[in-house]
Amino acid sequence: MKEFIEGSLAVAEAVKLCKPGVVSAYPITPQTHIVEELASMVADGKLNAQFVNVESEHSAASVVLGSEATGTRSYTATSSQGLFYMMEVVFNIAGMRLPIVMTCANRAVSAPINIWNDQQDSISLRDSGWVQLFAEDIQEAVDLHFIAYKLAEDKSIMLPVMVCMDGFILTHGIETVDMPSQEQVDKYLPKYNTTYKLDVTNPISMGLLAGPDYYMETRFAIEETHKDILKLLPKLTADFAKIFGRTYNGLVEEYQVKDAEKVIVALGSVCGTVKEVVDELRSKGKKVGLLKITSYRPFPAEAIYEALKNVPKVAVLDRAVSLGSFAPVSSEIKAVFTSKKKKPQVISNFVVGLGGRDITKESIKEMFKLLSAKELTNEFIDLKPELLKESYEQ
Amino acid sequence: MKEIRIHARAGQGAITTASILGYAYFLKGMYPYAFPSFGAARMGAPMNAFVRVDSHPVRLRSQIYEPNYLLIMDPTLMRGFNCFSGLKEDGIAIINDKDTGSLPKVSAKQKVFAVPANEIAMKTIGRPLGNTALIGAFCAATGELALDSLLEAIKKRFSGKAMEGNIESAKQGFEFIKNQLRG
Repeated sequence: MKEFIEGSLAVAEAVKLCKPGVVSAYPITPQTHIVEELASMVADGKLNAQFVNVESEHSAASVVLGSEATGTRSYTATSSQGLFYMMEVVFNIAGMRLPIVMTCANRAVSAPINIWNDQQDSISLRDSGWVQLFAEDIQEAVDLHFIAYKLAEDKSIMLPVMVCMDGFILTHGIETVDMPSQEQVDKYLPKYNTTYKLDVTNPISMGLLAGPDYYMETRFAIEETHKDILKLLPKLTADFAKIFGRTYNGLVEEYQVKDAEKVIVALGSVCGTVKEVVDELRSKGKKVGLLKITSYRPFPAEAIYEALKNVPKVAVLDRAVSLGSFAPVSSEIKAVFTSKKKKPQVISNFVVGLGGRDITKESIKEMFKLLSAKELTNEFIDLKPELLKESYEQ
Repeated sequence: MKEIRIHARAGQGAITTASILGYAYFLKGMYPYAFPSFGAARMGAPMNAFVRVDSHPVRLRSQIYEPNYLLIMDPTLMRGFNCFSGLKEDGIAIINDKDTGSLPKVSAKQKVFAVPANEIAMKTIGRPLGNTALIGAFCAATGELALDSLLEAIKKRFSGKAMEGNIESAKQGFEFIKNQLRG
């Protein structure tokens, strides 16, 4: 049913439809509304789950690690510093192959203190083994939660999934969302059932020591599973389309890429703004396009190669930095084309919208304009030169 | 596509205003995107909320720099800050104020309305929460939304006494501007 609903509340509703047994969280802006709403649902008897209030994100992640280990579908949400405080447990969850789903309301990290949106938080945890799926709008954020549980709990996968949605822009935005029915979700997402769980009648140990004789194989196994996810995700989204009537590729989305001379690569809500600019420039005869990456982990290198191999000029839009090196998404896009015969002549990279700096249509047009024969590295868009003048020497 | 920019102080209900406006558009079958932009993220700090609405889903995620309509919840915000920045050539501004005496000059096609929304709210709700009176005035001044759509949106947002007060508020805000236009 179509509703006019805030992103956070829509996600809470989606999580409720997934029927988790345990929700644990420590509220942090801008995901607070999600867990507030879930806490209300539990208190009102609308969601039959245990809501565990904890004193920190480290504990929130630890609680869902424990509950998931008993074979109970579990959920948490966080953002920014909260995600960083979880970091140790985040790696543990992936290493223990626990299919937890977490929402990350993407936000900048301190210092300076900044509550606003960018994608530095989840991108900084890209090496944890978690799947990371990025939403363009609230509808996609909602739908990705169903797909996330379905993917995570697949017996051939058994890995946690982080659904990333831009803080404020999506979490605090209100728009029209088609909320699915419980019947649709039940049909798509069966009850969670796992062979390996903490069970007093059938005791096993989990999260044990693995010395040099064993450790490497556990990392290799996760790496292999990520390859399997690249094959499975498009199937899961095809099944999703049959039940819910909405089509996603799951890995990447090509928007006006086929004959494009210039393409921007981006993740998350900014893709909407880029699409607007693409339409505008196309109406003036400019051959431009967008490649949206939905699955950042696993990184869909093959799909990206196929989409961009004949595009002369590519601009990578990063909403995060890897200070001292290339911005994160751009370095991976460049890696896709290493030693390939067919490849873009130019791959320039742009850093945009850090700490909530607004990304306007003009910001995107500026990127297309700067995307020329000269390859640019870490080009910051919308910088304020007047703020850069102050120096320590004063 | 129509764009509305709301100027307020945090705590004055700008997000509620944006969500009620958005919901009224939603009831018309339109696709609104209502969203806030926090300033210092503290009570009393100047902040904006926005509504961008179209006949198809809105994809543009930037803030609004060239609004068709302005809603100014607190006239003190106009001191030292140009709330009218970027207002479209034929744009309309509605200000929560007793009169338009202190307003900046606008171009020939632009219109500015003042509505004593807080005074209306004191009578109808008992607290100086002028949001719904201001949106009522917006409906009358712009013709964007029928009063009935707005009242339905208010019924969705509030219940009990708060609903009754806000409905009365919206009606009085609407009538205030209608009377001005008739006059």
